[in-house]
Amino acid sequence: MPIDILMPALSPTMEEGTLSKWLKKEGDQVKSGDVIAEIETDKATMEVEAVDEGTIAKLLVPEGTENVKVNTKIAVLAAEGEDASAVSSAPAEAPKAEAPKADAPAAAEKPAEAAPAPVAAAPIAVQVAADPDIPAGTTFVSTTVREALRDAMAEEMRRDGDVFVMGEEVAEYQGAYKVTQGLLQEFGADRVIDTPITEHGFAGLATGAALAGLKPIVEFMTFNFAMQAIDQIINSAAKTLYMSGGQLGAPMVFRGPNGAAARVAAQHSQDFSSWYSHIPGLKVVVPYTAADAKGLLKAAIRDPNPVIFLENEILYGQHFDVPQLDDFVLPIGKARIHKPGKDVTIVSFGIGMTYATKAVAELAEQGIDAELIDLRTLRPLDIDTVIESVKKTGRCVTVEEGWPQNSIGSHIASELMEKAFDYLDAPVLKVTGKDVPMPYAANLEKLALPNVGEVVAAVKAVTYR
Amino acid sequence: MAVAKAKVGSKSAPAAGRKTAAVKSAKPTAAENFSKEQELYGYREMLLIRRFEEKAGQMYGMGLIGGFCHLYIGQEAVVVGMQMAIRTGEDQTITGYRDHGHMLVAGMDANGVMAELTGRRGGYSRGKGGSMHMFSREKQFFGGHGIVGGQVSLGTGLAFANRYRKNDNVCLTYFGDGAANQGQVYESFNMAQLWKLPVVYIIENNRYAMGTSVSRSSAQTDFSRRGLSFGIPGEKVDGMDIRAVKAAGDKAVAWCRAGKGPYILEMETYRYRGHSMSDPAKYRSKDEVQKMRTEHDPIEQVRARLMEKGWATEDDLKKIDAEVREVVNNAAEFAQNDPEPDVSELWTDIVK
Repeated sequence: MPIDILMPALSPTMEEGTLSKWLKKEGDQVKSGDVIAEIETDKATMEVEAVDEGTIAKLLVPEGTENVKVNTKIAVLAAEGEDASAVSSAPAEAPKAEAPKADAPAAAEKPAEAAPAPVAAAPIAVQVAADPDIPAGTTFVSTTVREALRDAMAEEMRRDGDVFVMGEEVAEYQGAYKVTQGLLQEFGADRVIDTPITEHGFAGLATGAALAGLKPIVEFMTFNFAMQAIDQIINSAAKTLYMSGGQLGAPMVFRGPNGAAARVAAQHSQDFSSWYSHIPGLKVVVPYTAADAKGLLKAAIRDPNPVIFLENEILYGQHFDVPQLDDFVLPIGKARIHKPGKDVTIVSFGIGMTYATKAVAELAEQGIDAELIDLRTLRPLDIDTVIESVKKTGRCVTVEEGWPQNSIGSHIASELMEKAFDYLDAPVLKVTGKDVPMPYAANLEKLALPNVGEVVAAVKAVTYR
Repeated sequence: MAVAKAKVGSKSAPAAGRKTAAVKSAKPTAAENFSKEQELYGYREMLLIRRFEEKAGQMYGMGLIGGFCHLYIGQEAVVVGMQMAIRTGEDQTITGYRDHGHMLVAGMDANGVMAELTGRRGGYSRGKGGSMHMFSREKQFFGGHGIVGGQVSLGTGLAFANRYRKNDNVCLTYFGDGAANQGQVYESFNMAQLWKLPVVYIIENNRYAMGTSVSRSSAQTDFSRRGLSFGIPGEKVDGMDIRAVKAAGDKAVAWCRAGKGPYILEMETYRYRGHSMSDPAKYRSKDEVQKMRTEHDPIEQVRARLMEKGWATEDDLKKIDAEVREVVNNAAEFAQNDPEPDVSELWTDIVK
């Protein structure tokens, strides 16, 4: 059978080109790999090599021809043992290379992942609502967020030998913020691993270990330094499950303090909540209380996906009641009504809750009964709990430390526009960090962060008081 | 767990065996003669890769393969020789985006690879990865990565998992002369040597990082020496001679299996085609390409030895060629007729 040589596409965007030069003439022998022609594409002049061996029987498109469509027959090759002169010259035309199309017309919307959380009843001013995921009658122990995180890791490491923790100063130093205190003593240096200061490298190394089936907990001394590693987090950890058609994933946790600390200036004070929550393939958890820190970190370690677990240095030392249960695991992707109310919905997460809770108390004194939702997870986002609340209150204010543009608050406002427009009695307002790099000076730093007064003012604005 | 016996990551671990100052580039390992079976295996595997890649290039030209497509033609001896040095299905392999040859020699099915190139449901990633992103847990092939140098830390992590699990598997981590200048490569070298991880870093030096020649991009052009400041031994290998690759691979893999840490092999090789399908390769002379093809072609070298030793006749080799072409043609056929992924696949495998 004679072999047709077609006009090749030599770039992702090329549709036609100029056959500038033939380097073989009719009757010439060609071997695979021989350059047979030069073709000018939309980007460059390229050489075309023969794939098959044989004798050039016919050149169908003369050199110098412009606008030769991709896939046009440009020459015919007689295979070994065939008579080149006998090969007929078929007309040069461009058959369409059509890829078969899958039948259904359009992709279906991804179903909402999280079920709405049950709304606690009986609004009592400023009393914190019980977590419906904690059984009634449970005893609570006052614990710092720092201890709760450590306990979560220790419990999971006892439970599963594939879980290990690595990061800068996590072992012998006992943690830069003492979150890993005591882990080296209990689990040894095989499982509590001090790394060099190479975030990109160890985030990639841990991701490789996760692809092999281990369950790493990567501690970033702070998330500011994770920007060095963000390529591995997003391009390797978050995307491999999809790119592999479900064959391989990265069951791991990236955790550490996130957001502004105090007086450490612009490079060390930044909230990455909205950055990571943008990425399909990641889960993003931002706990506020010690109980949530513990229950959600245990869930994150068990989760088969890469989980970004954003802690906060200022919260590490704060005490909260943590349930005394043998195995306390909370569901990822579920917001919690921190305090029920009827006049306005305040939505916050992480350190933002410190402003929100104080504002709720102040508002109660002024006769405004606010419902406060702690999102706890930013991806998958439990927007249903927010919508249910707004259906009741008709008003929403969001509170976070991150920058205003493309913030979590911006996203919630947009979701409420789409899904609860008819229930809104006022525009959604967001209280955020100011749109500036974090200044060092104490007075300026204070101004750059949100404050309780701004939350109260926003609530008054949406309740028209 | 006993703290005192822990080794990985412990700052108090004894420094025995670290002779950073004394390490020099290892002497090149001499190529050893192959048996008839080895020559025939090498011939067939290399030919399969070459014919597969030629077909892929042709199908790209027909618009059946989209996006980026990086062909491996010219470099075949590297992956085939290294595969002969490892335990298939146990030792891991990871590489960058010029990955078709690595997959085929690992034993991945040509149909599945070609169907991934055409973006069809029978592809290794069900059409969702493409040329640069394929994986096989069964064959211990971990991709297929598109960010230059990204696979180096990942491969170091695969080796870390071997250490953690206390098995003696080794991870082959391939990257190019271009990736060798990325920062995370040295972060990985440091950790691999610090923790004595079983990883062979195989630098496929094909002389050009896309269009920038080694001499224009690299202060230290001897890549085998790139690990010296970490005390990682390295050697230069004639990457066009499958026997030299296999011999060096044996040595490096044995080093890793023995728990001595990482090893660097610089494979001096050459790609005949452009960086990708849209690269006209104007940065090098035709004579240079032609010289490599005529004087150093990895397949021709084996072919000549087979003929010279009387281990195969012209007809025997033609038969192998025909068999290989059939595999490739079947793959091309399958990859064109297999349907595109169902539209529901858009929403699958995002999270588990």
